[in-house]
Amino acid sequence: MSLFVYLITYAGIVIFCAAVLKRIISYINNPMHVRWELYPVPHEGGGKAEYGGSYLEEVDWWKKPRETSKINELKVMAAEILGLKAVYEYNRPLWFVTYPFHIGLYFTVMFLVFLFIGSIAGLMGIEALTIMAIVKFTGPLGFILTICGAAGLLYKRLTDENLKIYSSIEHYFNLILFIVTMGVAVLTWLFVDPDFVMAKTFIAGLISFKLTGISNPLFLIQIFLIVATITYIPFTHMSHFFMKYFLYHDIRWDDKPNIDSPETNAKINVVLNYPITWSAEHIAGHGKKTWAEVATFNPEAQTEKEQ
Amino acid sequence: MSKKSLTINDVSKASPILTKVDNEDLMPLPWNIKEKESKDIAEGIQNDYACILDDVSVLNIPKPKTKEEEQELVDKFISGMKKSFSRTDNWTFLTMLETTMENCAKCNTCSDACHLYEASGQNEMYRPNYRTEIFRRIYKKYVKKEPFSDLRNGKVDLNWRTIARLGEMSYRCNICRRCAQACPIGADNALVAREIRKIFSQEMGIAPPELHKGGSVNQMRTGSSTQMNAMVAKDNVEFIDEDFAEETGYEFHTPWDVEGADILLIHNAGEIMAWPDNIAAFSIIFEAAGLSWTLSSEVAGYDSINYGVFYDDVQYARTAILHAQAAKKLGVKKIVLAECGHAHKALTVIADRVLPEGLQIPRESCFPLLRDIVKSGKIKFDPSRNNFPVTLHDPCNVTRLMGIIKPQREIMKELCPQFREMVPNGPHNYCCGGGSGFAIMHRNNIGDWRNKVTGRKKISQILNAFSDSRGPEIEKYVCAPCSNCKGQIRDLIEGYELLDKEQLTYGGIVELIVNAMVDVNPGFINWEEF
Ligand code: SF4
Ligand code: SF4
Repeated sequence: MSLFVYLITYAGIVIFCAAVLKRIISYINNPMHVRWELYPVPHEGGGKAEYGGSYLEEVDWWKKPRETSKINELKVMAAEILGLKAVYEYNRPLWFVTYPFHIGLYFTVMFLVFLFIGSIAGLMGIEALTIMAIVKFTGPLGFILTICGAAGLLYKRLTDENLKIYSSIEHYFNLILFIVTMGVAVLTWLFVDPDFVMAKTFIAGLISFKLTGISNPLFLIQIFLIVATITYIPFTHMSHFFMKYFLYHDIRWDDKPNIDSPETNAKINVVLNYPITWSAEHIAGHGKKTWAEVATFNPEAQTEKEQ
Repeated sequence: MSKKSLTINDVSKASPILTKVDNEDLMPLPWNIKEKESKDIAEGIQNDYACILDDVSVLNIPKPKTKEEEQELVDKFISGMKKSFSRTDNWTFLTMLETTMENCAKCNTCSDACHLYEASGQNEMYRPNYRTEIFRRIYKKYVKKEPFSDLRNGKVDLNWRTIARLGEMSYRCNICRRCAQACPIGADNALVAREIRKIFSQEMGIAPPELHKGGSVNQMRTGSSTQMNAMVAKDNVEFIDEDFAEETGYEFHTPWDVEGADILLIHNAGEIMAWPDNIAAFSIIFEAAGLSWTLSSEVAGYDSINYGVFYDDVQYARTAILHAQAAKKLGVKKIVLAECGHAHKALTVIADRVLPEGLQIPRESCFPLLRDIVKSGKIKFDPSRNNFPVTLHDPCNVTRLMGIIKPQREIMKELCPQFREMVPNGPHNYCCGGGSGFAIMHRNNIGDWRNKVTGRKKISQILNAFSDSRGPEIEKYVCAPCSNCKGQIRDLIEGYELLDKEQLTYGGIVELIVNAMVDVNPGFINWEEF
């Protein structure tokens, strides 16, 4: 049984990484998209970000050096990641339940990271008391906050008429999965592994490939559920936890202009030579095959001449 | 069907219409201003077109007459949807569409940001995510073919009604992207509305006549969506020059086709017909500032509109290329966009990754240039000539989508002693209600709908901005520096009878600049001519 759970964990980690990578690679491999930024863009420098301004506020902007600020961008990211600012501003009732859920998950991730570090330290013969103290703090806090948040979200989705319309079985399933997984984690912490010694041993076994026999059934169920949940996440809309990076940085805040950029021009050249197969008469009716051919052709001028 | 009981799958049901906004549902307006009765949709329209969404018909989808035609509508839409997710057919927006399909948490955080949702009394059909959710469910089941899609994503029945209503619903959105700004994930429901419009136009050949036949097609055929060819446009501008030289006492002449000029100025040609004072004001300011500039008489060179941004990527790209070709032919140093928001966005930002090498002439907004002129001291101003309450409408395309916020305000603060902001403003502004092409639509009862629903939030913002200056004895001015916004605000003022009752008028920013010029006769802006 223990060996089986070890194998499941290895498989889960591999599937999780592969699914995340697949999404990212597929995103990166998409063709260049047009600019579609949305202001305020926080990396605008010179005080512009504060009021939502841009470099386009200058005459001959292409001749002027662009002021940008990474610090501003980091500040906005921090408020969004740590405070869920957009939900706080635009959907306060939801924030009260989604915030504990997300913060609970952050603490749970911290717990896993520190448990991993503690396990490595253990393998090296270091006791790492501070690390384990953080583990003992973040773990239970993370589990409990996630349960509260997920239960709140579930309640909202079941009772709020407006959310109900947009909630599918998957939404309910996901939230119940989190409640059950974290619930089992709390029970394991309370009754089986209060100091996370077993968890540390398990992780150490994973790292060192010494698959130490752990026989407690509740602990093994906990591991199974955590692995299943983590593996499942990138296959759902919860993939936003990493895709949000691209949605913000590559779309919403992508204001990079093309000022004689050989790199962008090469990409324009590629996309303009893509074939185009839209069927409407005004596109397909003139025998033109590529974007470049279609876009540089004025069918109406042609019609005029022919008449 | 009551707005409360609307579910996603209602879109496919055989009810006569999906929903309707009744007067009692509407968001209340300030000042108890009188609501006009809206006309019903004309009977002839109902016979010919699929008017099954609500009580308006914008897209005019021909009503299928046989089972085969019904199926054809569905099949063509699905075929187009497949192309929306193709990297070659939709390289322009594939990335944004895919990420919106996959990452939306269906949390409804975007809903309250939408002025249509609010104005309609929270009618479900206007919720930004409603049409997206229908589109998403169809995509996941019929195009992506996700296993257990009904369970995972929710159910939607696919029939001709679903498609006809979805198409029409893509024209119940101003594509102002205020909802996208509120989304914590970065998903974009405005984009989805536009993608649906694209499928209808690019695959099915269905688009509102004002945008396609009477819009981008006319522009490519005659040079302008107004159908003015270059000769007529030149004649009209010459007439404007003479007329306004006399009125203002300021001699000026609008230059055409000056090779090697620094600036090619491109107006929305609708201004020539509807707001000649705007054309004259630009010419007066540019001449007074001693700029090297010109207009172009090339096809599309004298009309900055690019309606493709509202509904069709191909028409968009063709028009952007025509604009760039006009500039290249004259050998100008840069293109300056006059007061037209969508033209700003189309040619400066989106075109950035569309125009091929050789056509990438630098492009900029008129607002920074006007700000610099006002502040340069080259022209003498008397701000007391603008001593009436003025508020500023921010066109979404210029502010939220381009970040041009301050130059307009610097001009206002310099020249308008009673300038006051609307709330909210800048990148968080509300659309005027004419965005995405609606402003030029007057067909059937579309005008009534624009006044009642789409422009409702804007008129309420405008009234609130003037709450300290009520009454017909105080002249008030809404500065709307965009042709489409101006058209919409004109219709709002007319519809709510605010010129007579409140001496409320509207115009662009250049009119305020010229109105304050010492070298020009006083009274460039007046409240008699509307
Ligand atoms: S678009 Fe964004 S805000 Fe709107 S429902 Fe989806 S995730 Fe929520
Ligand atoms: S783009 Fe504007 S009009 Fe359309 S749904 Fe979003 S907020 Fe509403």
